[in-house]
Amino acid sequence: MSLSARVLVRRGSLALDVEMDVADGEVLAVLGPNGAGKSTLLRVLAGLLPADGGRVTVDGHPWDDVRTRTHLPAHRRSQGVVFQDALLFPHLTVGENVAFGLRTRGMRKAARVEAAAGWLARVGLAGLADQRPGQLSGGQAQRAALARALVGDPALLLLDEPLSALDARTRLTVRAELRRHLAEFAGSTVLVTHDPVDAMALADRVVVVENGRVVQAGTPAEVNRRPRTDYVARLVGLSLLPGTGTGRIVRLDSGGEVAVAEEAAGRVFAAVRPESVALYLARPDGSPRNVWPATLVGATPHGATVRCELAGEVPLVADVTATAFAELGLVPGAPVWATVKASEVAVYAR
Amino acid sequence: MTRPREGTGIPTPLLVPAGLGIAFLVLPVVGLLVRAPWSDLAPQLTAPGVGDALRLSLLSATVATLLSLLMGVPLAWVLARSRIRGRSVLRALVTVPLVLPPVVGGVALFLVLGRQGLLGRWLFEQFDITIPFTTTAVVIAETFVAMPFLVISVEGALRAADARFEDVAATLGADRWTTFRRVTLPLVAPGVAAGAVLCWARALGEFGATITFAGNFPGTTQTMPLAVYLALQRDPEAALVLSLVLLAVSLATLLLLRDRWLGRSGAPVA
Amino acid sequence: MKGRAAAVAAVALLALAGCAGPAASSSDTATGSSSAESSGSGKLTGTVTVFAAASLTDVFTALGDQLMADNPDLEVRFNFAGSSALATQLTQGAPADVFASADEAQMAKEKDAGLAVDPTVFAQNSLMLAVPPGNPARIAPPQAAGIPGLADLVPADLTLAVCAPEVPCGAAAAKVLDSAGLNGAPDTYEDDVRAVLTKVELGEVDAGLVYVSDVHAAGDKVLAFAFRESSLAVNRYPLSVLTDAPNPAAARAFVDLVLSDAGQQVLRHAGFQEP
Repeated sequence: MSLSARVLVRRGSLALDVEMDVADGEVLAVLGPNGAGKSTLLRVLAGLLPADGGRVTVDGHPWDDVRTRTHLPAHRRSQGVVFQDALLFPHLTVGENVAFGLRTRGMRKAARVEAAAGWLARVGLAGLADQRPGQLSGGQAQRAALARALVGDPALLLLDEPLSALDARTRLTVRAELRRHLAEFAGSTVLVTHDPVDAMALADRVVVVENGRVVQAGTPAEVNRRPRTDYVARLVGLSLLPGTGTGRIVRLDSGGEVAVAEEAAGRVFAAVRPESVALYLARPDGSPRNVWPATLVGATPHGATVRCELAGEVPLVADVTATAFAELGLVPGAPVWATVKASEVAVYAR
Repeated sequence: MTRPREGTGIPTPLLVPAGLGIAFLVLPVVGLLVRAPWSDLAPQLTAPGVGDALRLSLLSATVATLLSLLMGVPLAWVLARSRIRGRSVLRALVTVPLVLPPVVGGVALFLVLGRQGLLGRWLFEQFDITIPFTTTAVVIAETFVAMPFLVISVEGALRAADARFEDVAATLGADRWTTFRRVTLPLVAPGVAAGAVLCWARALGEFGATITFAGNFPGTTQTMPLAVYLALQRDPEAALVLSLVLLAVSLATLLLLRDRWLGRSGAPVA
Repeated sequence: MKGRAAAVAAVALLALAGCAGPAASSSDTATGSSSAESSGSGKLTGTVTVFAAASLTDVFTALGDQLMADNPDLEVRFNFAGSSALATQLTQGAPADVFASADEAQMAKEKDAGLAVDPTVFAQNSLMLAVPPGNPARIAPPQAAGIPGLADLVPADLTLAVCAPEVPCGAAAAKVLDSAGLNGAPDTYEDDVRAVLTKVELGEVDAGLVYVSDVHAAGDKVLAFAFRESSLAVNRYPLSVLTDAPNPAAARAFVDLVLSDAGQQVLRHAGFQEP
């Protein structure tokens, strides 16, 4: 285990208490809504903010230990940090930015110019060393910031919403490149993000933090398939239905029943993907096990589909094609019937 | 930047008062220029003492500005960034020389650095050093009056600068001193330059504290403003000429510096 | 009733001038003459503006108060500053009724400009060597009888403040220094005599050349020595009603009061000499 940390911070209404272990070469995503304490956590790991309790250990060296009053200042930590807005120093060239950390560590000029040029090439910015940061695009700036963070070969890489300031297209390409660089990086990486796509694409493991606490931890696939809170479910686009399992029936806490394909017992979640939900204007014939009356309360276009929010005994989200949406003549407030095959409902213990 | 421009792009409610402001500031100078006895220019310039006074003014204002930079920039940092108690009181104290009549400032300097002053007495008795009536006293008086302009300007620049750059520097291994030198200072360089220019200009025009604390002796403590004031007593036209010389020299200096020094202020923040 | 008010004012101003001894007898004369001359008209009204040399501040303020006491509807306003600054202001059109200068050169400027006619010299002032109360340079007149020369009082390494030659007290100082062969002695040329006095009072210079009237005004904050050369540089103070005076009657009354026995008495107590 390369990074091992427990961080406690109390600041105003925030009470942060998070524990994490990240192995060498592993990428841990910290996923959570704004104000959950993610950035605070990252600042503590970076040594920019003192913790009120807990410890941070990297490669066996204590960076923070509140009990023994150990605190390694930020500038003595072997780390690289990439912030949301690249934050390249505007008074230095791109090359000088990348070489900054080497300079503070006393590397000779020729060596650090070479190292910086090498890293600029690795992130696809070869030949831009003499540009000013203002001349770079957002994606280029973020790549340079990554090179600046990695050039010193740190033990810990911290990424604070590294893609959220980029436009959608740039984000896609930078995300792919970042994935490649993270795969090559030998140290531990902690990625803070509120975008589940980042977490899914980049991380080996995910911890979900809400209100300062870890509410779920696991591989991206697990979190994606089996969310445990409404927040995560919404992020990954699932309808999360808590209930109690009896045989192949889950009785929902909010009332109503869901038929499932496997035996379930005790307190469980039933999760329904939006594309599994079909909508009808009249009660459909045949005998699908799950048929519920509902009211359309919201509709958002999503590419070729329309995401429909349904209220009723069983609150659901349904994706229907734009064509079907038009043919059904759906408007908010319209009564509909929603059906889901039992085999499409995921069931897992709470 | 992409906003469409119509004419000058200045809204009328701003244009009129702005024009009045320019007239208010520039017309007195125009008055000086119009009334100046140009035919007397050459004899006035070569009059004994004028060269000395000009040289002394430029020298002392420059040294005062350097001293102000040396003390004022760190002071501004303390005011803008540190978390020490009583910072607002400190800030108010720093600005006292701005509101103090300069003559009173001169007397106050006497009370500290004069021969009978708190510190001055000790200097005099231990080392036989007297400060008043020396060029050192001119520099001290000018620094006292002008440094607040620099401090306020730099403090404003520091507050406006993005402190996250300092966090970035720390994560790249820079301790606080290195961060200050390599990141903070370059970031606020335009503010420092503007403050230094204000400081220099104020020092160059300093009169009250200088004549009080340093006295008036040609070649040693008689700066241009003192020469101008005394010329005004005898021959107002000579005073006009001397003021114009001071004006011309300071304008020329500032314009020269602007290209070399303030030109970099436009560095865009990414 | 008017007479009693004038008497009270005269006693008050004599107390101001800092001399209690001969007050009883001189105040009688003062009352008599001021009633006769300045209150004769009795009903001066409006505002009268007096531009006067800074060294006249105390004396003229007291005389102005007296004139106002005699004429309840009259307001006397003063502008005290360096004589040359005042002369410049007047030339630039400042509205004033009376100008009192500390030297004749400045009055001559106004005369040339047609602003003043027939100025009258109403007082004289001469220089003394003022030293701080502790007399740090241990200046002492030689044992020989008579008034010492300036050179006898001023050793070579003395820190000496004088007025700049551009202002009246500086012109006088230059004259006496020249005569005493001490041209190189000053360490600073101050912009006015009060600045010299301040530096002496603070003990920042060992000595300064100031007017006798300033020594009087400073009380025990300075010591002073008379010297022989002072008679070579006597400043004469002229005053005049200005030709454009908005209130010529009141202006005349103020000038008369200054020239009256009572006015002269007050000037004498403040250290000015008779012309």
